[in-house]
Amino acid sequence: MSSLIRNLTLLLLVSSPAASIVAQELSGNDTRSLDGQVQEIKSDVLNIASELGVLEERLLYPSNTQLAVFVSMADDETFRLDSVQIEINGEPATHHIYSFKELEALQKGGVQRIYTGNVVTGEHEIGVTMIGKLKNGKDVNQSNSFVFAKGVKPKALGITLAGQESGKSGIQVGDW
Amino acid sequence: MSRAPFSGIGLLLFACLATSPCIGGELKDLYFGEALFYAHQGHFFEALERLDTEVKLHDALDEPELDTLHYHIDDAEFSLGDFELRYRMHHRAGRAIKAVLEGAVDEVIRNDAAYRLARIHFQKSQMADAMRALERIDGEIPASIRDDIEFLRANVYLAQGKPADAVGALKRLQDSDTFGGFAAYNLGIAYLQDGQQEAALTQLDRAGQIASDDPAELAIMDKSNLVLGTMLLDAGEYDKAIPFLNRVRLDGPFSNQALLSSGWANMSTGELERAVVPWSILAEREVTDPATQEAMLALPYAYGQLSVYGRAAISYGRALDSFSAEVDKLNASIESIREGKFLQALVREEIRKDKDWVIRLRSLPETPETYYLMELLATHDFQTGLQNYLDLADLRRKLVAWQTSFDSFDEMVDIRYDHYEPLLPDVDNQFREFDSRMRLRIEQHKMLVQRRDDLLTAPRPEFLATPDEQAVLEQIENIETRLQGFDTLAADSAMQRARRLKGLLSWTLETQYHERLTTFDRNLRGLDEVMAVAQKQYDQYVRARQAATHSYVGYEKPIERLRAQAGQAVDKIDLLMARQGRLLEVVAIEELVARRGRLENYGDKARFALADSYDRATQSQARRDEP
Repeated sequence: MSSLIRNLTLLLLVSSPAASIVAQELSGNDTRSLDGQVQEIKSDVLNIASELGVLEERLLYPSNTQLAVFVSMADDETFRLDSVQIEINGEPATHHIYSFKELEALQKGGVQRIYTGNVVTGEHEIGVTMIGKLKNGKDVNQSNSFVFAKGVKPKALGITLAGQESGKSGIQVGDW
Repeated sequence: MSRAPFSGIGLLLFACLATSPCIGGELKDLYFGEALFYAHQGHFFEALERLDTEVKLHDALDEPELDTLHYHIDDAEFSLGDFELRYRMHHRAGRAIKAVLEGAVDEVIRNDAAYRLARIHFQKSQMADAMRALERIDGEIPASIRDDIEFLRANVYLAQGKPADAVGALKRLQDSDTFGGFAAYNLGIAYLQDGQQEAALTQLDRAGQIASDDPAELAIMDKSNLVLGTMLLDAGEYDKAIPFLNRVRLDGPFSNQALLSSGWANMSTGELERAVVPWSILAEREVTDPATQEAMLALPYAYGQLSVYGRAAISYGRALDSFSAEVDKLNASIESIREGKFLQALVREEIRKDKDWVIRLRSLPETPETYYLMELLATHDFQTGLQNYLDLADLRRKLVAWQTSFDSFDEMVDIRYDHYEPLLPDVDNQFREFDSRMRLRIEQHKMLVQRRDDLLTAPRPEFLATPDEQAVLEQIENIETRLQGFDTLAADSAMQRARRLKGLLSWTLETQYHERLTTFDRNLRGLDEVMAVAQKQYDQYVRARQAATHSYVGYEKPIERLRAQAGQAVDKIDLLMARQGRLLEVVAIEELVARRGRLENYGDKARFALADSYDRATQSQARRDEP
C-alpha cells in the first residue's frame, strides 16, 4: 500500500492541481471558443457604453451649460484624503468619501470626476472643503472658494489637493 | 520528471509581470486622468469606456493639436491596448498594440508595446509570435520593464522546449529585485529540462535558501525545496530528500505536500516514528486537501508498522468517518451545483466587493456548492471560464441598468417636447419681430459709423446741426427761395436778414464743429457698447433657442438604436452565460466526482485496513494474554 500511496503522492505533486484530464481537455477547446465570443461581446458593450456616454452628456449636460469638476492630488502627496465637499454658488453640489482604492488611484496620478452639472454662462463661485489626515497624525480640514467664469463652451475645473502643514491652502483650482 | 508543472509555474508567475498604467510627465488632459483613475482601481471597463471615447473624439477633431489629449496621445493609445489586455480583450489589445508598434512613436514606447504584444502571444500560447515580438525590441528599453522582458523571454524559451536558451536569460536575472527568487527557481527547472541534473539540484538548493520576507518569494522558495525533495525521494535518495522537505515552511502553501513527502521519506529510511510526526500534524489539517486525506491513511499505516494496532485501528476509524463525511459533503456540493446554485452564488455582487471573496464564499453557511471553489480555481481553464462568467454577469448588470436609463431618457425627451412645443411658436414670433428690429438698428448703427468716418475725412458741419438748428436752417432756406422772385427793397432787406441769420447759424456750426464731432463720436462709442450688449443678448437667445430644440430633437433614433443594441447584447450574453456556466458546472462536477471516487477508494482501503488492524490488535492481545 505504501508504494501505491507514494506513487499517488508523486502524481499529485507533478500534475497538481489535480483535476480530471478528460474534463480539462473537454473544456479547453470550448473555453477558447467561448473566450473569443466573450471578447467580442465585451467590445460590443464598450461601443454601446461609449455611444451612450456621449448621448447622456448631450442630453443631461449640454455644452453651453456643462460644468465638470475634477479632483487630483499634488505630485508625491501621501496624506490621507478622507472626503471632499463641493459647493457651487453656496449650494452643496456633491461630496465624496474616499475608499482606500480611490485614494491610491489619486496618489498614482488618477483624476476623479467628482461632479458634472449645469450652470448658466457668467461668473460663479466654487467652494471646496477637504478633510483628511497628515502622515504625522494631524487632522486636515481646509476650505477655500474660487470664482470662475462659465462661457459658451463646456467648463472643466481641476482641483488639486495637497496636505500642506504650513498655513498655505492645500486646495488649488485651475481652468482646463 | 514530467515537464507539466514547470511550464505551469511559468504561467502562474506571469501574473506578476503586469505593470502599472502610467503616463510620463505632467498630466494635461483631465479626461485621460479620469481613465487612469479607474484603471488604477482595476476598473478597466470604465477606464476603457472613458479613454476610447476621448481618443475617438480627439481623432475626429479638425485640429487635434489644439486638444489637450494631443500631449498624451501616444500614451493614451498605448494605454488603450494596455487596458484591453487587462480587461482580457486580447484580440483588441493585440490590434491596438500593433497599431502603436507600426506608428511613428518613440523608441521607448515602441519597445514597451513590443513587450506587451509578446505577453499577449505568450498568454495565447503563440510562442513563435511571442518570440518575434520580443525580437522587435531594440534600442532604449524602459528600466521598469527590463527584467520583465528577460523573464518573459526565458518563459517563452522554456515553453518552446529550448531550456539551454532559457538558462542564459535566467542567469542574467539572478540579481533582479523583482524576479530574483522566481528566476532562481526557473533556472533550476531550465537545467532540469536541459538534462543538467547536477546543476539543477545545485540551483534548486540555492533557490530554496534565498533570504526574503516577500510572501511570493517565500512561496517559491518552498516550492524549490519541495521539488528538490520530491526529486530525491523519487530517485530513492530518501536521506538526502528529508532536509529539503524539512526546509519547507509549516505555514506555507506547499507545507501539506512537504509534510506528506517528509513522512514517506522517513518511512522509506526505516524511521517509522519520525514518519508519524509530520503525518500527525498533517492529519489534523483541512480535510478537503488531498495530502491531508492521504496522511489520514498513512498515519495509521505507520502505527501498524510500529505494531501499535489499537491506535492504528482508531486512526483508521477516524479517517473512515472523515472520508464518509467528506463524501457526503461532495455529494451535497455536486447536487447543489446540478441545481444551478453554484452559478447563482458566484454572481452575488455583495460577496465580490471583498477581495477575499473566494474564501468568504466558501465559508458561507448553507452553500455546499461553493465549498470546493478554491480547489477548482487551481485549474487554469476553470479560472478563465470563471473570470469570463463573472465579466459577462457584470456586463449584463450594466446593460440592464442602461435599459432603465433609456426609458428615463425617453421620458425626459417627451417632457421637454411637451414643455417647449407649445411655447416655441409664440417665442419664435416674438423673436422674428425682435430680429427685424435688431437688424434695423444694426443697419442704422452701421450708417452712423459710416457718417462719422466720412466726417473725419470730409467735414460737413450741417450734418452735426441739432434738430432745432436744422429746422431753422430749413426755414431760412425756404424764405430765401420764396424771396428770390421779388425785386423790391423790402425783399432785399428780408434777404439780407435771412442771410445774416444763416451766417449766424453757419458760424455756430463751423465754430462748434470739432466739439460736436467729438460729442458725436463719444455718443457713437457709447452706442457701440449698447449694441454689443444687444448683440450678446441676441446671440444668447439664439443659443438658448437652439438648446431648447437640441434638448429634445434628434434623440429618438440614437436611443432606439442603442436600446436595440443593448437588448441584443443582453440576449447574446444570456446565451454565452448559459454556455459558460454549463461548462463551469461540468468541470466542477467532474472534479468533484473524481474527488469523490478517490475518497471512496480511500474509504475502501481504510475499511479493509481497519478490519485488519482490529484482527492484529486482537491477535496481539491474545498473544500477550497467553500464559
